[in-house]
Amino acid sequence: MMSDFLQFAVSGVTVGAVYALIALGFTLIYNASDVVNFAQGEFVMLGGMGTVFALQAGLPLPLAALIAVMGTAMIGIAFNKLAIERARNAPIVSLIIITIGASIFLQGVVQVVFGKGIHRLPAFSGDEPLRLLGATITPQSLWVIGGALVVFAALYLFFTRTITGLAVLATANNRFAARLAGIDTDFMMTLSFGVSAAIGALAGVLISPITLTSYQVGVPLALKGFAAAMLGGMGNPKGALVGGVLLGVLEAMTAGYLSSHYKDAVAFIVILVLLSVKPQGLFGLRTVNRV
Amino acid sequence: MRLSHKYSALLVLLAVVAVAPLFFPSSYYYRVASLVCVNGLAVIGIVILTGYAGQISLGHAGFAGIGAYACALAPVHLGLHPGAALVLGALVSAGLAFLVGRPILRLKGYYLGVASLGFGILVSMVLTNESAITGGPDGMQVADLGLRGWLAGIGLRLTTGQFWYFVNALAMLIGAWLALNLNERATGRALRALHGSETAAATVGIDVARAKLSAFVISAVYASVAGSLLALQNRLVTPDIAGYMHSIEMVTMAVLGGVGSVLGAIFGAAVLTLLPQVLTAFDQYEQIALGLIMMLVMIYLRQGIVPGLLALIRGRGT
Amino acid sequence: MSTETGRPLLVVEGLGIVFGGLRAVHDVGFALKPGEIVSIIGPNGAGKTTLFNMISGLYMPASGSVRLDGEVVTGMASHLLARRGLSRTFQNLQIFPAMSVLENVMSGFHLKEKGSLFADLLNWPTARSRTRAIEAAARALLARVGLERAAEREAGALSYGSLKRLEIARALALSPKVLLLDEPAAGCNATETEEIDRLIEEIAHEGTAILLVEHDMKMVMRISNHIVVLDHGEKIAEGDPATVSRDPRVIEAYLGVQQEGSHAGG
Repeated sequence: MMSDFLQFAVSGVTVGAVYALIALGFTLIYNASDVVNFAQGEFVMLGGMGTVFALQAGLPLPLAALIAVMGTAMIGIAFNKLAIERARNAPIVSLIIITIGASIFLQGVVQVVFGKGIHRLPAFSGDEPLRLLGATITPQSLWVIGGALVVFAALYLFFTRTITGLAVLATANNRFAARLAGIDTDFMMTLSFGVSAAIGALAGVLISPITLTSYQVGVPLALKGFAAAMLGGMGNPKGALVGGVLLGVLEAMTAGYLSSHYKDAVAFIVILVLLSVKPQGLFGLRTVNRV
Repeated sequence: MRLSHKYSALLVLLAVVAVAPLFFPSSYYYRVASLVCVNGLAVIGIVILTGYAGQISLGHAGFAGIGAYACALAPVHLGLHPGAALVLGALVSAGLAFLVGRPILRLKGYYLGVASLGFGILVSMVLTNESAITGGPDGMQVADLGLRGWLAGIGLRLTTGQFWYFVNALAMLIGAWLALNLNERATGRALRALHGSETAAATVGIDVARAKLSAFVISAVYASVAGSLLALQNRLVTPDIAGYMHSIEMVTMAVLGGVGSVLGAIFGAAVLTLLPQVLTAFDQYEQIALGLIMMLVMIYLRQGIVPGLLALIRGRGT
Repeated sequence: MSTETGRPLLVVEGLGIVFGGLRAVHDVGFALKPGEIVSIIGPNGAGKTTLFNMISGLYMPASGSVRLDGEVVTGMASHLLARRGLSRTFQNLQIFPAMSVLENVMSGFHLKEKGSLFADLLNWPTARSRTRAIEAAARALLARVGLERAAEREAGALSYGSLKRLEIARALALSPKVLLLDEPAAGCNATETEEIDRLIEEIAHEGTAILLVEHDMKMVMRISNHIVVLDHGEKIAEGDPATVSRDPRVIEAYLGVQQEGSHAGG
């Protein structure tokens, strides 16, 4: 009984760490630009697929992963420069269409360049599972969880210890005031898209040995990440972490104890219930309507 | 003047619907044109919800799924005529939209987007997983509407393609007429008012929550009827009809064409329905083209293709 | 006039609200009779708009009560207050920018035009004739505020002064018993201010009770029957214009060194 529970918890936290990274990507871009980027899942896909093909080209894994992450970051920056910046002040529904358009476009490109096949990355440090109080945990899970922790820790330091990080926070808080204070808010947007794409790609690199990858893996991950970000409260990095892990664990518990068919429903049931009760998410702030 | 706007829009639609078949060399064209009409019907609902009232739904395919599966299930389990099943589906969709809409329409923007998306995904998941009833991912057969046979009986012989083209075109025309009526009456004006300012709408006596809910319910009925017609035409339903991609497709059609106007949205439905047919030769580039079109139109013709081009022609005067 | 003269239409008692520990408005009370113009004055941040927002149902008061024509309506939703005859305009314009000027005013007739949803969908003759009737009424209101020639224009394209008048026309469409005007003359030139001044007096003369927030002291002193002075969210004085303008507390808190009748806006 206890070992079952622990097993579900371990796999839940692993998946949850990926959701948290994707949610973090949503949150960073949302803070900088008020855009919810539905192409966030494609960054994850590009990270995984990019690494697969760099490996096939004969590069060692760390270099392949690095190239994939950096390349995805460039794509994220290009997306911001070419599309998002030009659509400033567009209504939300137009921005949704633009980012979904980007998502479909990127899938199309990957499908043409790399094909429709399903690919697998080798686990970073073998497949020999470790035992922990009757539950098993693969080394790759540890890589995923560890990777997420490193990213969140690095981002925390960045936001609290660096001038640029503070400028990003200031921009998120009040773009107009930030601009008055001399912050280059356009650069903050570019930075956010780059960092967010890199984080997404890293998540893709870490999870691909466990879940396999193909040009189609992005959308479902984006939807879960979006749900996780909303769960925690859009625009709050802490919320992304809590929302992601919570969602992963809830899914694993549902699959383990209730029904694996409805595992994917959990995210949306929780979202519907939560938003009905608390429209700002767990850590969101209530805004006062000024007239 | 709005009055002439309404009738000119309807006349344009009627003319296109009536003249188009003259250029159909084969039944395949009837088939594609009937899909344009059924999608056109669905997006008129999005015009009411998003264009008039400014509310976002990323889950309206859920209602299309309910309409479609009502036509598949009700004849089998309740012995209903497929036509009555369409009505039942619309009623169920309306009821569900009423129940779901009450809590989620308090949300705004992206929050409403994710909540409606969640609703749509839940519907498609139930349709996929409850395979004992729904046939699971493979879907199920749908009974014949029987109307075509009856028409043949009274001497009006139509091919399947022709029949569904005229049925769907008629449904779309009626849908457009209703939406344009709404637009120039108190209900439609209230929706556009709350789109502009909810605070001001409330101070002139508009019950904002109720107005949003009515837009949500009406648009759900449009989606549901479109789903039913699609199922009856295809004689087959699969859970894809309720899927996330179909919801996105509906919104994209409407917004790309011009979500503020019925004609614009129908034009968008036509473009996105025809696009894959035109691009079949370039199968693998279809997604690239679609994605590019979505981005470019939204960046350069923000109001959508039809209103955007009209503004360009008029020289962006006002 | 349906309401008997002398009996107050709007009674505000002990109204208060707290924002983040700060008493934005505290224990404010006054009453409005039909045809009366009562002005709320006070420095910026005195709580005038907050008071309006509480009376019109946008903010829930923490204490006190609002009675409209005898009925307790404290914290009631705006659309229900509109039904009971309370209408308002906004300091920072709340128009429907994508609609035509005419439609903006027509939306003010919502409660009179509204029938059943099905009548609207199916374009029933009853719905058509209701719309025709209110369109005529809306055009008459536009003529009254001098905007009849802008009727078909998109509201968002109008000048600030015109929008102020458009908002008043929309508010009048409700045939309100009580009308709240939040800085109707702000941003208007001298001629426009005079027109609005005249319009307000006309509306009051027809029996509507008017609650006014305005920075133009000349206008306030001329048209008000009664003035309530707020400072830091509290009522520091009230009375007729002559009394208030002589009150030393008022001069200190609000009029300051400026002479009576000068423009104290900002």
